Amino acid sequence: MAVLRETPLDLTALIAAVTSSERGGIAAFLGLVRDHDGGHAVERLEYSAYAPMAEKECETILAEARARWPMAQVALEHRVGALAIGDAAVAIAAAAPHRDEAFAACRYVIEEVKRRVPIWKREYYADGSVGWVDPTAPGGSVPARPEVERRG
Amino acid sequence: MTIASDVVTVQVLLFARFAELLGTERLVLDLSRPASLQSVLDRLMMLPGGAGLPPRPLLARNQSQATLDTQLEDGDEVAVLPPLAGG
Repeated sequence: MAVLRETPLDLTALIAAVTSSERGGIAAFLGLVRDHDGGHAVERLEYSAYAPMAEKECETILAEARARWPMAQVALEHRVGALAIGDAAVAIAAAAPHRDEAFAACRYVIEEVKRRVPIWKREYYADGSVGWVDPTAPGGSVPARPEVERRG
Repeated sequence: MTIASDVVTVQVLLFARFAELLGTERLVLDLSRPASLQSVLDRLMMLPGGAGLPPRPLLARNQSQATLDTQLEDGDEVAVLPPLAGG
């Protein structure tokens, strides 16, 4: 199943996909677009990805989670494209026989996604400037090149 | 005089801020063998805007993370990745 999606994420569907009668604990994570980042007021943003590598890396992360918690089942989706404040950017559902494995598998997957998956975030700030989110930079972002507004 | 087998042709993909710096998301480079990811980076840094690339960016060869000393073969897909910001 493809992880990257250009349409709104559906956490309920992810939970349904991992639910089974032998798994009594489900942990879910939903990452939403914040209205501020690094002291900037954010109006909207765009996620882009190196899609084939991102899909492969996500499948690898999910396989690692299955290896570490063999009884767990984890589902993951990540948005790409234009998102508004409050939109879900990433959704994870992890089901396991008991809560410890469910929480652990869910936590593992989100942390590895942030660390390893080639996805980038272009933020449009309320003051009209644009930035690339860069966790390695002071302040957490670097200026992006403004572009001609594409919305006609 | 270079013969064909001494040339390694790779497709280079640039993303996000690095695509902005170089003004393109995709280019093809002909490198002389032996060629590594360092060879690609050296060439990119000579292009307009390329001086803004970091000396040790995240790199991928054929959609797997790789290092500057990774050797390249003809037809490889190389990607230069800005700091990741997913999740």
